[in-house]
Amino acid sequence: MNQLSSADTEAPPADQQAEAPRDERREALISLFSAEIGDAVVGTHIRAGDDLWIRITREAWLETARFAQQRLRMDFFDFLSGIDWRPSPYGRDMDSQEDIVVHGTEPKEPPAMATGYAGGDTRFQVFARVFSTASHEGVTLKADLPDDDLSIDSWVPVYAGANWHERECHEMYGFTFNGHPYPVNLYLPGDFEGFPLRKDFPLLARRVKPWPGIVDVEPMPGSDDDEGAEGGDS
Amino acid sequence: MAAPTVPESKQLQYISQQAADSRVNVEFETEDGMTLNIGPQHPATHGTLRIITRLDGEQVISCEPVPGYMHRGYEKLTEVRTYPQVTTLINRIDWLGSFANEVPFILAAEKLMEIEAPPRARYIRTILFELSRMANIVLFLGDLGAQLGGVTAVFYAFRDREFVLNQIEAVTGGRFHPNFDRIGGLKDDLPKGWIAETKKCMTRVHDFCDELEDLLIGNEIFQARTRGIGVIPANVGLSYGLSGANIRGSGVDWDIRRDHCPPGLVYDKADWKVCTHPDGDSFSRSWVRLQEVRESAKIVDQLLDSVPSGPVMAKVPRIIKVPEGEAYVATENPLGQMGYYVISKGDLVPFRVKIRSASFNNVSIVPWVTRGVFVPDVITILASLYFILGDIDR
Repeated sequence: MNQLSSADTEAPPADQQAEAPRDERREALISLFSAEIGDAVVGTHIRAGDDLWIRITREAWLETARFAQQRLRMDFFDFLSGIDWRPSPYGRDMDSQEDIVVHGTEPKEPPAMATGYAGGDTRFQVFARVFSTASHEGVTLKADLPDDDLSIDSWVPVYAGANWHERECHEMYGFTFNGHPYPVNLYLPGDFEGFPLRKDFPLLARRVKPWPGIVDVEPMPGSDDDEGAEGGDS
Repeated sequence: MAAPTVPESKQLQYISQQAADSRVNVEFETEDGMTLNIGPQHPATHGTLRIITRLDGEQVISCEPVPGYMHRGYEKLTEVRTYPQVTTLINRIDWLGSFANEVPFILAAEKLMEIEAPPRARYIRTILFELSRMANIVLFLGDLGAQLGGVTAVFYAFRDREFVLNQIEAVTGGRFHPNFDRIGGLKDDLPKGWIAETKKCMTRVHDFCDELEDLLIGNEIFQARTRGIGVIPANVGLSYGLSGANIRGSGVDWDIRRDHCPPGLVYDKADWKVCTHPDGDSFSRSWVRLQEVRESAKIVDQLLDSVPSGPVMAKVPRIIKVPEGEAYVATENPLGQMGYYVISKGDLVPFRVKIRSASFNNVSIVPWVTRGVFVPDVITILASLYFILGDIDR
């Protein structure tokens, strides 16, 4: 996939499409993880020659980090954050006239929830990425968090850099990191209510004052696209 | 101005309580330390970073950075912006090297859409990327001097950075926020005569490096202030997620541009080297950055000679919908590794974008590295770690 595709060659030749690309190095990495933590590996995904995703149980979260750092030499801590897989009940909010026409301004029933690579069973996931500066391979680790107990072990004892990332994740998603040395808000004021990065947290700036930009767009001469028609009454 | 509603005693109480709460390992204890609040408005902070230090005499017992004065919620905002609109936002993350901010996001979107920019666009992208690195680090070097008391350097830096910014402006139309990178290529081609002008500009950058090496890096006082100050061992730095010159200053020979450059940038077409320094102190970080400007100028010089002809934009649909999937692309930005983890649901807008900015990790090591140092060294360490507030707060 690193090949150059010029504007003229739209689709790769048929024989390339047919062969499913394999990635032995990353498959070997997965088997190393499975050998160490066993059934705690719940799901995997490989993009051949590029990247690796592993989903583990949250009980094995800290143990996996320790294994990755000390045995696999994944010494570089990249980031840690959360995902809220529930589709936003607000669509694109007031930015998009299209959404308002289709769904109305009231919060709509969100479509079915679907999780990403390596699967997932819950609305919330914690995901983190570690990387080896020696072999230049990274892995994105994910763990499900059940709705009734949004807590997971802290990575700070293993990767000290997780400290700020977990504080941010804590205030933005409301996750609890067990054993975190200083679990206070990083960005938000201490008495802030709500968890801004959750999908059901509305973007209040757009509620107060709708985005006026759309009225400035003039239709292109000779264009019959829907873009020009929606300006006006925001 | 209205009088503050909170009395001063309350404020002091609040500050000292926050400092007392910072759970940093201390190597020595005092009955009655002094709390010094640096910032939010302090020349040494490049913006509004507040640092609460607890002192014993002149030594720092604990030090806690308090970011968030400039938090703009880009991760939330990207969820209501279409992919082409996102670049306007992320330009403002590291505002001194804005073009470099756009590239990893665009590359992540291109990876999901499985399109590639044409060769000419990839060359120009790499050149502009390196120009923004130069603009960024040149200012760092000047600013480093200013913070350590050698004000001369900052004037040299502002003067010579302008030549680089002029070149960026000539292509993109913007000095600071080019918003020039597009999914599938670039907005526009190079203007006429630009290549020759940029070559002249690169000579100036080399001259600046020589000048600054004499003026600042070779200066006895500068070395006395930076050598052995704020030593970060490689393994500690890596576990904190330090990247870029900060980790190469600790002897880790790792550069994304050389080792696993994402497709879409052409660093392999130029002959250049990665500079490391084994000491891990403030001096080595500064030295590595200076060398990086030189290497960067070398890269641009070579790439300018070999820019291929052709279009600068691949065929992309007019309304960009990115197929479902997840992608993480990181590049070696002026401040360190910057990456975007993009989750797409096949929609006009990203479902979730995790912005991994370099300064966030680079500054999180400050409590560790400032333990037991003297107050002036806090400034040295902060200056040498080199952060942009927008890059911490996003």
